[in-house]
Amino acid sequence: MSHHEHDAAAAHDDHDHKPYGWQRWVYATNHKDIGTMYLVFACIMFFVGGSMALVVRLELFQPGLQFIDPAIFNEMTTVHALLMIFGAVMPAWTGLANWLIPMQVGAPDMALPRLNNFSFWILPFAFMLLIGSLFVPGGGPAGGWTLYPPLVLQGGDSLPMAIFAIHMMGASSILGAINVIVTIMNMRAPGVGLLNMPLFVWTWLITAYLLIAVMPVLAGAVTMLLTDHFFGTSFFSAAGGGDPVMFQHIFWFFGHPEVYILILPAFGIVSEIIPTFARKPLFGYESMVYASASIAFLSFIVWAHHMFTVGMPLAGQMFFMLSTMLIAIPTGVKVFNWCATLWRGSLTFETPMLFALAFLFLFTCGGFSGLMLAIAPADFQYHDTYFVVAHFHYVLVPGSIFTIMAAVYYWLPKWTGRMYDETLGKWHFWLSAIGVNVLFFPQHFLGLAGMPRRIPDYSVQFSDWNMVSSIGAFIFGFSQLLFVYVVVKTVRSGAKAPARPWEGAHGLEWELPTPAPYHSWTEPPSPALIARGAEH
Amino acid sequence: MLNFARPFVADSGWHLLNMTEGVTDLSKKIYVLHMEIFWVCFWVAVVVYGAMIYALVKFRRSKGAQPDTKFVHSTKAEVLWTAAPTIILIVMAIPAARVLIQIEDTRGTEMTLKVTGYQWKWQYEYLDEGFGFFSTLSAKSNEARQLQSGIDPRSVENYLLDVDNEVVVPVGTKVRLLLTAQDVIHAWWIPAFGMKKDAVPGFINEMWFKVDTDKPGVYRGQCVELCGRDHGFMPIVVRAVSKDEYRAWAAERKAALAPPAVEPAQAVPAADATAPATASVAAAVTRG
Repeated sequence: MSHHEHDAAAAHDDHDHKPYGWQRWVYATNHKDIGTMYLVFACIMFFVGGSMALVVRLELFQPGLQFIDPAIFNEMTTVHALLMIFGAVMPAWTGLANWLIPMQVGAPDMALPRLNNFSFWILPFAFMLLIGSLFVPGGGPAGGWTLYPPLVLQGGDSLPMAIFAIHMMGASSILGAINVIVTIMNMRAPGVGLLNMPLFVWTWLITAYLLIAVMPVLAGAVTMLLTDHFFGTSFFSAAGGGDPVMFQHIFWFFGHPEVYILILPAFGIVSEIIPTFARKPLFGYESMVYASASIAFLSFIVWAHHMFTVGMPLAGQMFFMLSTMLIAIPTGVKVFNWCATLWRGSLTFETPMLFALAFLFLFTCGGFSGLMLAIAPADFQYHDTYFVVAHFHYVLVPGSIFTIMAAVYYWLPKWTGRMYDETLGKWHFWLSAIGVNVLFFPQHFLGLAGMPRRIPDYSVQFSDWNMVSSIGAFIFGFSQLLFVYVVVKTVRSGAKAPARPWEGAHGLEWELPTPAPYHSWTEPPSPALIARGAEH
Repeated sequence: MLNFARPFVADSGWHLLNMTEGVTDLSKKIYVLHMEIFWVCFWVAVVVYGAMIYALVKFRRSKGAQPDTKFVHSTKAEVLWTAAPTIILIVMAIPAARVLIQIEDTRGTEMTLKVTGYQWKWQYEYLDEGFGFFSTLSAKSNEARQLQSGIDPRSVENYLLDVDNEVVVPVGTKVRLLLTAQDVIHAWWIPAFGMKKDAVPGFINEMWFKVDTDKPGVYRGQCVELCGRDHGFMPIVVRAVSKDEYRAWAAERKAALAPPAVEPAQAVPAADATAPATASVAAAVTRG
């Protein structure tokens, strides 16, 4: 495919045997190249979705409508959520899976490289379609990311575009998940047992099964919306014998596992980073694995806690309240294990560790509000208020996003062979950590005081905390530019990184040379290396 | 940290930090439950964050901490921190289940109000009395909330929380709401009453409230299910009055129905044919 092909035989090995220029990326089958594309794509979507959030916070800075029409406001909240979930967090996890899983299980590459290429290249088209739907007659998708009918069916031409975009994202996620499962099940080097795998590999394996289980459910639900709108079916219309609430059940059967899809890989990352900077192995490795699996199982039987107010029978509300409360147990086990990993360690506070610790504190905070939301009678007050907005942003921003950033800082030296600027990294951390709390903590107050979510304007008693929240949003949003600057600076001109930039790091990926070679483990790692890597 | 100030005072919002007790039996029970789970979380947080902060201070390498790499497993600790949350959850689940059962108990209702959500207003029908009306955002708020209206929302009384026709209910009476919607899903919520419920087109949901006898007053809320462009602009206002006042009000409403309509229906859409009470009549009555 390339004129460099004849060099390959002459070269000592096949390192750097790859097409150059645009072909390297479009025809990419290398897990690192594809991982990089996923991460860059996620970063772009993070900024596009983030700017929409800033438009929302700008309008909410003061009571009254100053900048945008309420219809545009609804488009911004809807598309912000879809971009952040499907465009930023999920592709970032797949990018990290691509980069790390082969290196961590002792494989040369992902099991299905062409499928890998395909699953990435679906994404830019899916998101062009979604973002393009903002500019068609009838306006962009504005029914909320949950796409509840009948409201969503009032959408114009954007409806089929958004639905097709969701189909494409779903296909991409399923293909990515298949690749992860096949890689982990078949490509582990001899001697890397399931219970020797790093937790990131474990949590991604569980995530991949969740993806395969629920993405088709979402695809089915949105297809039913499509046929209701265009082909005269009445799945969700009472007038034709259907039920709008049935959509919510189907959607949240996807949606609740989805929130664990967004957070489980974060559990894995944190379980890698904290031991490194505590300089002692992860506490309770096996219970971490079992807790992750229990959380994944429970995620299938709690969906209706998102819909306590739809008018479910008492028995239904009772079941979903109790099953939801159960999630606190395995999640608690994880938090306690991370604490115990810190205990009697020898801690240092480099940027990845700072982000991981912020995860530990702030995800736990989101867990507490989650427990409060599980209490159905109290949820009748919290539901659809800013309390919910605060809750899920606490688990998604300092939960998932901080952890993705922690992972980038942590593995960047191995990926690029260069060290990031620690001072700038710390600046980025502190600005983000302060910004995120100023942004989201007051939203708890707003929700408890009675401010509904998804409103473009509010009565004046909510002004003060909304102003604080918006200031936090701008601090947080703009400090992310620093992140891009730090990463670009590292790649271009960072100081040379040693093979083991973190002396406490264990795992097969650290046994590879720095920067990691183009093909990861062309020969399986020796039992000695595996033993050294798997010291947990 | 927590301040139990009443909501919806217009001057400053800094004191709005917590849910309010509300004015119904259910809202108080929900509030108590909310505070219980809050304090449970608070004390668990004190312990967990305390342990984390202690570890972050005590086990720093810069303070010469040596890692104890053998401390990686402890069955005793793991059983403890699985069992302790389980017990706390069971203790929390019992009162929660009890309140949930009370919430769902609609027996013994004394009056029924049918509430229909529209894009973007509410229709109220007093089924026992045989009259009803629409309730929309007040004209002043509506003017001020237009894009770049130039009107300072702070100059508008009860900005976005004021309507043309208030719902009037008697205190000390178990009022059952039958909720439905005409177009898309809406949700009816007055924070002071403690409950919210979705209004789903084609289906009827039930919820109830009983305002304390000593708490007559005007209570405000909003639609809380995204229902399109003007979702933020369909407030709910309930005036709770004594039973006598309510009877007088209802009698006047019924009397207003009897004679032929004097005024042309000004802001009343065609769908309102079954509820001929006009805005001006309603306003005149409720003011008294």
